[in-house]
Parts: sequence; C-alpha cells; structure tokens
Amino acid sequence: MATASVLGVFAHVDTTLEAIRRLRARGFVDFSVYTPVPVEEIEEEIESVRPLSAVRLFTLMGALTGTATGFFLTIWSSLKWELVTGGKAPVSFPPFVIIAFELTILFGGLATLVAMLLLGRLPKTKPSPTYDPRFTLDRFGIAVDCPPETAEQVRALLTTAGAEEVRR
Amino acid sequence: MSVAIRPGEPSWADVNRDVIRTVGMPGNTYFSWMCLVGLILGCGVAAWAWQIWTGIGAAGKRTPQMWAMYITTFVFWIGIGHAGTLISAILYLFRAKWRTSIYRAAEAMTVFAVMTAGLFPLIHAGRMWFAYWLMPYPNQRYLWPNFKSPLVWDVFAISTYLTISVVFFIVGLVPDVAALRDNATGFKKKIYAVIALGWEGSDSQWRHYRRAYGLLAALATPLVLSVHSVVSFDFAMALVPGWHSTLFAPFFVDGAIFSGFAMVLILMLPMRYIFNWYAYITDRHLDAMAKLILLTSLILTYFYICEVFTAWYSGDHFERASVFAKATKQYAWAYWGMYFCNSISPLVFFWRRIRLNTVWLFVISVLVLIGMWLERFNIIVPGLGFDFYPYTWGTYYPTVTDSTIIAGSFAWFFLLFLGFIRVLPSLSIVEVKETLPHPLKHAHEGHH
Repeated sequence: MATASVLGVFAHVDTTLEAIRRLRARGFVDFSVYTPVPVEEIEEEIESVRPLSAVRLFTLMGALTGTATGFFLTIWSSLKWELVTGGKAPVSFPPFVIIAFELTILFGGLATLVAMLLLGRLPKTKPSPTYDPRFTLDRFGIAVDCPPETAEQVRALLTTAGAEEVRR
Repeated sequence: MSVAIRPGEPSWADVNRDVIRTVGMPGNTYFSWMCLVGLILGCGVAAWAWQIWTGIGAAGKRTPQMWAMYITTFVFWIGIGHAGTLISAILYLFRAKWRTSIYRAAEAMTVFAVMTAGLFPLIHAGRMWFAYWLMPYPNQRYLWPNFKSPLVWDVFAISTYLTISVVFFIVGLVPDVAALRDNATGFKKKIYAVIALGWEGSDSQWRHYRRAYGLLAALATPLVLSVHSVVSFDFAMALVPGWHSTLFAPFFVDGAIFSGFAMVLILMLPMRYIFNWYAYITDRHLDAMAKLILLTSLILTYFYICEVFTAWYSGDHFERASVFAKATKQYAWAYWGMYFCNSISPLVFFWRRIRLNTVWLFVISVLVLIGMWLERFNIIVPGLGFDFYPYTWGTYYPTVTDSTIIAGSFAWFFLLFLGFIRVLPSLSIVEVKETLPHPLKHAHEGHH
C-alpha cells in the first residue's frame, strides 16, 4: 500500500505534545518524533504504548557472559598448570573475582553499545526523507506515515495543533 | 522562535552557536601551543628511543627502587582520569545538573589520561614489544598469565577502563556531532556524518540511546571505583612496609578524584576564558568543584593520619621505621611537600571568595597536582628505599632520560586535549540544552 509522509515542524514542546495526543486520538500510530534533546513529557507520551527498550536485556546477557568468561578463563587456565603460587591453591577464588568483575563490566558495556546500535538502527547510512537539520538545533518534528487519502487530514491536524510548518 | 525564558540565559540556538564556533580553524596562539607541546613530546619520544637503545638503566632504576618515577607517573595519570568518570557517570546517576557543562571535557580528559597512563607500564617494562604476554591468548605451550598477580588484575582493570571510557565518550558525542554535521559543509560534513552514525534524534533512536547511556553510567560507576582499588592492590598485596595496608583502596580512589578535579579546573578555567563560556561554566560550577576538592582533601588528610597512626599503633618495627625514614631522611622534602599541597593548601577553599577566584583556583589546582604526584612518589620511591634490611636501602636519582619521558607524557596528554577541543564539541550541546528551560508556547502548562 502506498503511503504518504507528512512532516510537521514545531517550535515548542507543548505544541508537539498536543499534536502527538491528537494523532493518537484519531488513530494514527505510525509516526516518528524528532527532538533536539530527549524531552521527558514527549518520551512518556510515546513510551506509554510500547514495551521498554530491550537494551537492558543485552546488558544483562553481556554482563553474565563476562562473569562466566572471567571465571572460566581463570579456573580453566590454572588447571592447565596446577602450580601453587603465593602459597595459594591453583584454583583460588578471591583473586579470580577481580578478573570476573572486570570482564562483567567490559562485556556488559560492549553489549550495551551493540544493543544501542542494533536496536536504534545505527549507523544509518542514508538520512530519512523526513529529516530536517533543524531537528538538532531547536525544532521538533513529527513525521506521520499515512495512506495518501488521509494526508490532508493529517496536515490539518498538525497545523491546528500548532505546527509552524507542514510539508509532504 | 525559541527565546531565552529568563533574561541572560542562553537559548537552544545559542548553545549550538557557542559550541560550533569553538570547532574550526584556530589562530596562531593555538598553533604556537601545539608546536611547544609537540616539541616536548618529540623530546620524550627521543628519550624513550634512547632508553630502548641503551637499556632500562638509562631511567636510573636500580635496586631497590625498581619502580621509581614511571610507576609514580602511571598511578598519577590513572588517578587524573577518575574525576572524568565521576562527573560523567556518578553525577549523572545522581542527576546533578551542574555536571552538564563540564562533563564532556572531563570525559575527554579521562580518555586521554588513561591513554597517557597506559604508556607507562610499556615504557617501564623496557622491552615493550613483549607487552602482549600479559594478555591471555591461546598459545602452543598452554602458558597463561598468573591470574593471582595484581599486575595481571591491573591489565584487566585498565584495559576495561579505557574501553568503557572510550565507549561512553563516543556514545555521548553522537547527538552532538550530529548537530555539528548539520551545520557544516563539504568535507567536514562528511567526516562528522560518519562520527554521528547518521543520528537524527528520532524517538526510536533516543529511546534506546537513553537506556544505553544510563546503563553505561551504571556500569562505569563500580568500574571507576574498582580501577584505582586494583591499582592500589599493586602495592597493598606486597609485603613492603607502608604498602601492606587495607587502607589503600579507598585511599587511592579518594586521592584520584581529588587530583582529577584539580586537572578538570586546570583545563576548564582557560577554556571558559578563551571560548567565552561564562554563561555555561558559571560561578556555581567553580564553587561546586572547589567544594569537591576540599571534601576529598579532608578525606585524604584523614587517610594520612590513619596511615601514620596505624604504623605507630601496629607496634610493627618496620612500619614505624618506614614512616620515620620517609619523614626525616633524604625524601623528607617530598613527604612534607605532599602534606602542604594536599592537606594544607586546599583548606583555603573554606572561604567562598577564594572558591570563586579563578587565580586562586588555578594555583591551588596546580599545587594539588604536584602534591598528588608527590604522594605516589612517597609511596613508591621511599617505600622501596627503606624496607626491611638497612643493607638494601638506597637512594634513587632521576636521570635526564626518565624526566624527559615524564615531561613528554604531559605533552602527549595536552596534545590530545588541544586537538580534541578544536575538532569535537567540548561542551555537551544536548545535555546543556536539556537543563535549559524547554521552549513552551503556553508557559503556564510548562515545567521548570
């Protein structure tokens, strides 16, 4: 199905928020919101209808993998040469905790980075057609994907909500 | 139009403008500084080459002081990094808003300080091309590092710290570099576009970004506390008098934050002046940093007292002798210099007027850096110099080679930092904007 994109550019947080609420009320769900900075009110409004970001699952898995790797590496390699060093048994946990701890953080951090890139679809090689450079300066944008026949309705909705500019 | 809501407060567009103008072709003064720094670095590299050519004796290292100034400076630089992570991760989790205008430069400082510190184990090891032996890697003879050695813990701690700091730094830069990209043209635009990873600030990007940033902060917080603790274990796990102490981990972490804040001030005060950032780095920031220096100084003084007290109270002959020798023998100047710089001089920050006076702030910060370098010197050089057996006592004399390499390390740090401030945004555009009042059409509905 062919879709049209309508972009509304806003100068204020409250008008942007109002437009999001009105779009929702009319049953439009397929839109993205551009903001120069993360704005709590807008985030809350958008996040209310979707599950929490899955980044934390990646972090958890990465961190646990790190802990396991740390203990595995130290224990397994000590068993390769069962040497008593410093009067301690070849497999002695207290020093290995340090290695496991550092690898927990390392793997957890790297997994978080990977999650951010994967889930946020970064790096993005081609800019979205609806992106406007002002969105990193001081303007907010709402890009609505809708069937062409409702584009006019969306345009009117964005304008009345307070958009300073609407384009297709 | 988004305009400043309170008079005198910058608008969002002002923030972009004020940061973007710092990036670009600098003037002659900047290049003169770069040349000077480059020259010192060149001398440092030449001295290192000389040390590799002639052997590690060129660094003046002989028994008993085999660790001497390289490890002193290594610990010093690792410590400098800690304030950056404190500002960018711990204060982030505490939602301390004053951090926003200093965190980017502080974080860059962390990355560069750790990069500088990382050079020293290599320089110190002599044949640094064998440094990879410390890494666990599969090999024919099934030889693995000794995971019970504090030096191997150090390798893991420092490399994790460097990696996570770099990740944190780059993740924070992404939306800011996108702002730079949207303002640039031509070749610059292409470069910034690559660093910005195609960032657009859409809700689906922010959503994962914010989560990831918070989690990275949560991971970096225990990491930063662990790193200097592990560094302190290099000493505390040994039996040398004055080293073998359970006090060392918190003592090192506190000292690290103390010296790191001094370095942040040394970097931020000139930047504020040169970039005319008085609207962003206000008296409030200076006041907060000076207070943190004062607090960490008082904690450090407490540790110094504990150190002397436990040496006396332990009744251990060698512990007592070690403290006595440090305070009265050939290194007494370093011992008392340390007390003056770290415990006495920051006390002037009890006066608010001094906390807001940039000259005082700068001078005290320099003293703190000197004092913290001396502290590590006192631990290592006299520590090794006066151990159990008077026959092995010795005095270390610095050489031209090791002093030049250490001067070179400062040049390396400043070269990286000077490069950074003209290429990347050294003030966080996004975070500063976040703390400013958000543009609202109907002010009564708003927050702030």
